[in-house]
Amino acid sequence: MADQTFPIGGTLDLTPPRVAKKTFLEWMHEWVTTVDHKRIGLLYIWFSIIFLLVGGAEALALRIQLATPDSHFLSPDTYNRLFTMHGTTMVFLMGMPFLFGFANYIVPLQIGARDMAFPRLNAFSFWLTAFGGAMLYYSFIGGSGLYGVGNAPDVTWWAYAPLTSRAFSPGHGVDYWALSLIVTGIGTLGGAINIIATVLGMRCKGMTLLRMPLFAWLMLVVSGLLLITITPLTAAQVMLTIDRYLGGHFFDTQAGGSAVVWMHFFWIFGHPEVYVLVFPAFAIANEVIPVFSRKPIFGYPAMVAASVGIAFISLGVWAHHMFTVGMTSVDNTFFVLSTELVGVPTGIKIFNWLATMWGGKIRFKVPMLFLTAFLFQFLIAGLTGIILSIAPFDWQLHNSYFVIAHFHYMLVGAIVFAIFGGFYYWYPKVTGRMMSEKLGHWHFWLFLIGFHVTFDTMHFVGLMGMPRSIYNYDPSRGWGHLNMIISLGGAVQGIAVLIFAFNLIWSYYKGKEAGNDPWDAWTLEWSTSSPPPVYNYAVEPEVRSRRPLWDLKHPEDPDWSYE
Amino acid sequence: MNREWLRAPRRAAIATLSLLLFSCRAFAAGPQATPSIFAPASTPATDISHLAYFVLSVVAGIFIVVGGLLTYVVIRYRDRDAKDRREPAQIYGSNQIELAWTVIPILIVVVLFLTTARMIFAIQDAPKPPSALNVTVVGHQFWWEFRYPKLGIVTANELHVPLSSDKDPRPTYLKLLSADVVHSFWVPQLAGKTDVIPNHSNLTWIDPKHPGLYVGQCAQFCGVQHAKMLLRVYVDTPEQFAAWVKNEQKPGVQDPSVAAGRRIFETEACMNCHTIRGTAATGRFGPDLTHLMSRDTIASGAVPLNRQTLRQWIEEPDSMKPGVLMPAMKLNDQQLDELTDYLMTLK
Repeated sequence: MADQTFPIGGTLDLTPPRVAKKTFLEWMHEWVTTVDHKRIGLLYIWFSIIFLLVGGAEALALRIQLATPDSHFLSPDTYNRLFTMHGTTMVFLMGMPFLFGFANYIVPLQIGARDMAFPRLNAFSFWLTAFGGAMLYYSFIGGSGLYGVGNAPDVTWWAYAPLTSRAFSPGHGVDYWALSLIVTGIGTLGGAINIIATVLGMRCKGMTLLRMPLFAWLMLVVSGLLLITITPLTAAQVMLTIDRYLGGHFFDTQAGGSAVVWMHFFWIFGHPEVYVLVFPAFAIANEVIPVFSRKPIFGYPAMVAASVGIAFISLGVWAHHMFTVGMTSVDNTFFVLSTELVGVPTGIKIFNWLATMWGGKIRFKVPMLFLTAFLFQFLIAGLTGIILSIAPFDWQLHNSYFVIAHFHYMLVGAIVFAIFGGFYYWYPKVTGRMMSEKLGHWHFWLFLIGFHVTFDTMHFVGLMGMPRSIYNYDPSRGWGHLNMIISLGGAVQGIAVLIFAFNLIWSYYKGKEAGNDPWDAWTLEWSTSSPPPVYNYAVEPEVRSRRPLWDLKHPEDPDWSYE
Repeated sequence: MNREWLRAPRRAAIATLSLLLFSCRAFAAGPQATPSIFAPASTPATDISHLAYFVLSVVAGIFIVVGGLLTYVVIRYRDRDAKDRREPAQIYGSNQIELAWTVIPILIVVVLFLTTARMIFAIQDAPKPPSALNVTVVGHQFWWEFRYPKLGIVTANELHVPLSSDKDPRPTYLKLLSADVVHSFWVPQLAGKTDVIPNHSNLTWIDPKHPGLYVGQCAQFCGVQHAKMLLRVYVDTPEQFAAWVKNEQKPGVQDPSVAAGRRIFETEACMNCHTIRGTAATGRFGPDLTHLMSRDTIASGAVPLNRQTLRQWIEEPDSMKPGVLMPAMKLNDQQLDELTDYLMTLK
């Protein structure tokens, strides 16, 4: 029995699902053994939300410590462990799993597939990532136990050699760090291969690469980038472990090893990693902005080209993290140029989003609020990035709070805002219910205010000479007042995130019924039911343009007539 | 009158904004308690701040244009009539416009790049004048060693350099070495930071134009007490510098009245790590103490130096700088007093 009225004829099997009360164990068993891309996507997302809260709590502890000069809330040991864990958590256990969560859930639906290309590899990748995260956090209770937070790594998330050698870091903190990143790294590779195979091999009839939603395009690019960049990271971690346990001398400066080689390995991973994290934000923006502006994305081919361009250039900019390590003036100049060139495709993206909104009828629902803030903040983060690419200016700003402000503008102001927007946008598809608009507004405005109070102010303490990674500063330095303001903003953000978490749970039970297509959107995922059935589509959909649902809703003026 | 309630918050807002903007900008020349990069006192820092103003204005210009357009779009094209469900005109793109906003950023990049390249070469490859003073800086976990090879001086944590001026340029060239992990030498008012890396010698230079004390600190995480690896640079007038050099070149003071303390220093573990020239103590792990009392601070600038702090430092260094590598020597009260008395004579 197929539905003949709803968008694509026959895509839905309307047989009512079997309703039976499951026991807790059955329920658990279903989730642990699942190979369904939607469930694995949700597992990734739950995993990220948990680590968002954990990493956020760590950040708040750091901010309490820094709010006043010469504070004794945390010991230096504890502080160093917490900021190392905060950075590692937010990059590897929050940012990247969010990427895979969204990609897993949305990409197959968007390209009209029934699952990812390799469902079992998919489950394996998630559980490896989860295991890596658990291992990293086990370090808190492993070793000498909780007192003084156990054996958690305390070498910063960039972990420069030779501080990580056994001579300077006895104990197992560095081992937990290196091994868990190797493990999550393998999980990441599995996920990336899966996304590439899915996007290249599982598209439905009529969906050529240039008709594919930009969301899927960006996930394809990001997966390719991951395959290239996780490799040097894993190689570096293996070398580090060999140094520590098998008497290797890769980074052992006492025995002629090189500290600078570690930096190159780490940043040739670390810089593209920033784009790995920001591409999902672009992907969400590419879906939300057109739908809520009621216009197609402006300059689709340019957007694809700009994404590939950014990914390509990002592989040649890593040493802008190393302007202060004493490279030659020629090397420095080269990396100034390559870094500034990233600004060109990035500019194209911002202008295209702007042009998409231009002349539209912008509906400021909560997802669009978040994405509007994303645009402003991404613009500022990009501009402070230009500032940091000016090598001599970077000699002053490097490792100062200005840098912290810059990359939190990118990671929170752009990425987390876009992810929140994505949550409000796809939540109805995933649960069948709308998230509360009212709580959403509270969440948005509090988070926006808290964000700006914290991170706008942070630029200034950096200009005033405050370096990062310090647990304590003297009152005479005059950084106290601004740091107090920064910390207060952090508290406001904390409240906003709790409202968000509450909204997620509350709306699941009490939210308004969403229907299949609450936003009047255009990509395939909105043609199936909310939540989608296990098989996604009863019949393989067929598309003739970039906006299949627009074609169905506007038979008088379909997109394919312009292709 | 009825607007009175508006004034306080408005005044507070204006005050906050000006505080933010000007807190980075010092008005008086010379050393500041807050080491702002916009209060430069030496050629590299001054050049950088000029470049910074240029870049900031370019970036502010871009922000005003793009941010302004964004604001305009958000206000002008918001959905005003919820009942009118007609879709707006569907526009798919335009190659001419696309080309325009590719070319304009490229032009901006070219300008920024050329300005930056010029500055990189001007600072990094500046010719070293023969009058330059050479100092070797050695980073240790968590303190600084300063060696003046031509003057035969070794000191710690408080760097003395001569005043430089346009008429009489006396720049100081710092060779940066590390004894253990990666550190970074950063005194914001004098120059940008340069990393201090083991097995990888680096060079930086300063030519301070105003006398006084400049503060900075290690800018690359280097272990537990990275936060208290502070830097103090004393810029001396020619007379002050000559007097300081003369004193530092002398061997340690030999005062018979504190011989008991000196004996403790030479028989306990102190001498394994510290040097006092003219005695049996020749250790290299800790700071050279030959002229300890010519310094204003101990613990790498973290604690002011006086009798009481010095005694507490010897008794329990961890109480002042948790995680410091100097162990508590478990001396009794009398030994502590005698040792402190001895160290207090090392002018």
